[in-house]
Amino acid sequence: MEPAAARITVPQAARRGEIVEVRVLVRHPMERAIDAPGLTPRPRRIVHTIRATYAGEEVFRMDLSPGIAANPYVAFRTLAVESGDLVIEWIEDGGAVHRQAARLTVS
Amino acid sequence: MAAAAAAAVLPTSPTTARAQAGTAESFETAQQAIVRGRTPRTGGIAIDMPPLSENGNSVDVSIRVDSPMTAADHVRAIHVLSPKNPHPRVATFHLGPRAGRAEVATRIRVATTQSIVVLAETSTGALLRAEREVIVVLGACVEGG
Repeated sequence: MEPAAARITVPQAARRGEIVEVRVLVRHPMERAIDAPGLTPRPRRIVHTIRATYAGEEVFRMDLSPGIAANPYVAFRTLAVESGDLVIEWIEDGGAVHRQAARLTVS
Repeated sequence: MAAAAAAAVLPTSPTTARAQAGTAESFETAQQAIVRGRTPRTGGIAIDMPPLSENGNSVDVSIRVDSPMTAADHVRAIHVLSPKNPHPRVATFHLGPRAGRAEVATRIRVATTQSIVVLAETSTGALLRAEREVIVVLGACVEGG
């Protein structure tokens, strides 16, 4: 299994009340359990949930399916409320939970 | 093409087809589970997608829903459905007032040329619906990715 890793992009600094864009790219094969001639059958293994927690509460959650491209990418918005970590959590089939944070500085 | 082929061969027995194809549910079932008897309103959703995609394994889609995103009136969920994919319920985004703006983007797999359906639910109980056609040259089936 390759090391779990995500690339999280947030603005370096934001003003309080500003709407900022958060972009997340998770390295993951999003294995769809395709069973077709000429292919080795593999069990489904996808990231089924990506969630973001910031300043004390969940601000975004995405339910994913095998219809999401490999190395899932998601962009969403959040209001800059205070300086702190924006924690991205992704959960894959089998229950493994991965966590990575990005720092948002709010003035 | 395995899942799509199985569904096409066994149209009268969707349960069997789904079991063989390893998919979850039909597009109609997926859509009804979200709509739950309500009448969706058309408009208020902008879907940005390339009209023609060379490779269905990764198609950019971005969605914006008109909403004040206040505590009283905000978009709670945005659903993306692909009627002709083996797994039609592609993604659901859960938002709240702290999003500031109801705008999300992701990359989806598109099996074949079809109209992608987006449903948005608001905290006031409104349901919005929009469609956007995407033409796919090389579908996202057994080609990998």
